[in-house]
Amino acid sequence: MLVLRKVDVHYGPIQALHDVSLEIAEGEIVTLIGANGAGKSTTLRLVSGLVRSTSGEVLFENASLAKVAPHDIVARGIGQVPEGRRVFAGLTVLENLEMGAYLVRGRQRVREALEEVFELFPRLRERRTQRAGTLSGGEQQMLAIGRTLMSRPKLLLLDEPSLGLAPTLVQTIFGVIADIQRRGVTILLVEQNAHMALRVADRGYVLETGRIVLADTAANLEASPEVRAAYLGE
Amino acid sequence: MSTPPAWSHYLPRLGLYAGVAAVLLLVNVGLPRLLNAYLLQILVFAACNIILASSLNLVNGVAGQFSIGHAGFMAIGAYMSAWVSVAYGKTWLAPYADQPCGPLVVSAYLMGLMLLGGVAAAVGGLVVGLPSLRLRGDYLAIATLGFGEIIKVVLLNVEAVGGATGLKGVPQYSTLFLVFGAAVVTVAALRNIGNSIHGRALLAIREDETAAEALGIDSAHYKTSAFVIGAFFAGVAGCLYAHYTQFIHPRSFDFMKSIELVLIVVLGGGKLRNVAIAAAAVTFLPEGLRQVKDLLHLQTDPRMVIYAAILIAVMLLRRERVLQAVLPRRKEGASRG
Repeated sequence: MLVLRKVDVHYGPIQALHDVSLEIAEGEIVTLIGANGAGKSTTLRLVSGLVRSTSGEVLFENASLAKVAPHDIVARGIGQVPEGRRVFAGLTVLENLEMGAYLVRGRQRVREALEEVFELFPRLRERRTQRAGTLSGGEQQMLAIGRTLMSRPKLLLLDEPSLGLAPTLVQTIFGVIADIQRRGVTILLVEQNAHMALRVADRGYVLETGRIVLADTAANLEASPEVRAAYLGE
Repeated sequence: MSTPPAWSHYLPRLGLYAGVAAVLLLVNVGLPRLLNAYLLQILVFAACNIILASSLNLVNGVAGQFSIGHAGFMAIGAYMSAWVSVAYGKTWLAPYADQPCGPLVVSAYLMGLMLLGGVAAAVGGLVVGLPSLRLRGDYLAIATLGFGEIIKVVLLNVEAVGGATGLKGVPQYSTLFLVFGAAVVTVAALRNIGNSIHGRALLAIREDETAAEALGIDSAHYKTSAFVIGAFFAGVAGCLYAHYTQFIHPRSFDFMKSIELVLIVVLGGGKLRNVAIAAAAVTFLPEGLRQVKDLLHLQTDPRMVIYAAILIAVMLLRRERVLQAVLPRRKEGASRG
């Protein structure tokens, strides 16, 4: 579904990604793990068109994304949940979700999408008239994910969904990520919390200073001594 | 898609339009007989301010792009249309002056000019809208301020439109019907834009531009469009203003006029209905305050003091709404959770 082939990305003179290749098949959860500055977020920004590759190619459903504007990439079915949630604080929960359906035409389809999001996050239904800025961090994360799902993406990009959340909420969020996969959405998950990410993912890539150093199934990565030492704190 | 509704479905709405038009016609015929020229002029200015402030509200209030050069767009519309009237319009319309169809021809002509002035101002809006893609907050405000001043200075130096002596002899074609009609249409149009997907997109950009883009909103397109639409209506107001006062001068459209419009948007708290009310109030208020001065035998006009007092009171009492509507957003300003 999504293929990155030998991609380099530069920020000015600094090279952020070196020769990165990865592949995501339909229906999978793939996770990118790595330390700060390894290039995880850059990879996501590349897929959503916020930065461009200096060489190599990015293919989504066999079409190049190199010259597609960010808002058109969303229209093609790649939804991104931005890091740090970024909900519209002054709008209500319902209005936030409706904004997410910006590209969806037809009241009936918007209503269906809304129903689906409320099924995934019953909490959002309870709070739908509340201002998003008054929600707790976990609820805001749910809202950010729900808002992105409103556009019915085929591929969901999640940037650090556990950031700044209490451990029980992290469990909840990851439970929902698995639910979203069951509904047929492919997911690319970038996460600091390698432990949780590998548990929910099918496959994973390990990034180190802009290079992919390991690629394997999530179970194998979790068992590998290098990953355990570097990212699982053992 | 469902089948299109029967024509009778539109009856209530058609009735509303007919009702509004009838009221406006009555106003047009009745008020000039009841009121003196002074009061009529204030009414016309109030309607112009409603158009100006509600269009500025689209830029400042809905899209959150802080602009303090709105009078510049008004100037473009006013000068464009007034120049056409002075140079050509009067001769074109002279043959119709004494004919029964005369008022209709004049009205149609003025509507054409409103469109022309609006489009000219909209082009100006495009010129200002483009830098808005790169500038935020205070810097954007300075850019719009600069634009307004540039327009003023250019007009002061173009002899074809009178330069520093102003443009005289503009025919008085604006009627209460046209001015109030334009105000009603403007408010209705801006209301619909605000409630449409277009308005929601602008709202999302105001709240968080990055998040809006992540949802597939082309923020560059929408920010520019807010400026273009806002400028269009300001140009329309300028045209109506010029064809009522019959004399325009670059100083009528200076920084103070822009600030007055920002003040109205602040008082209205960014809500269209309140902005319209505030526009009318701010037009009438100084006239009332003039009476106060006479009554209290004051040496100087107290209106600036009272203006300031009102503004401070509003800021204190409705601080959050004011901030939300007008002040440029800080990054991470959403940390109210």
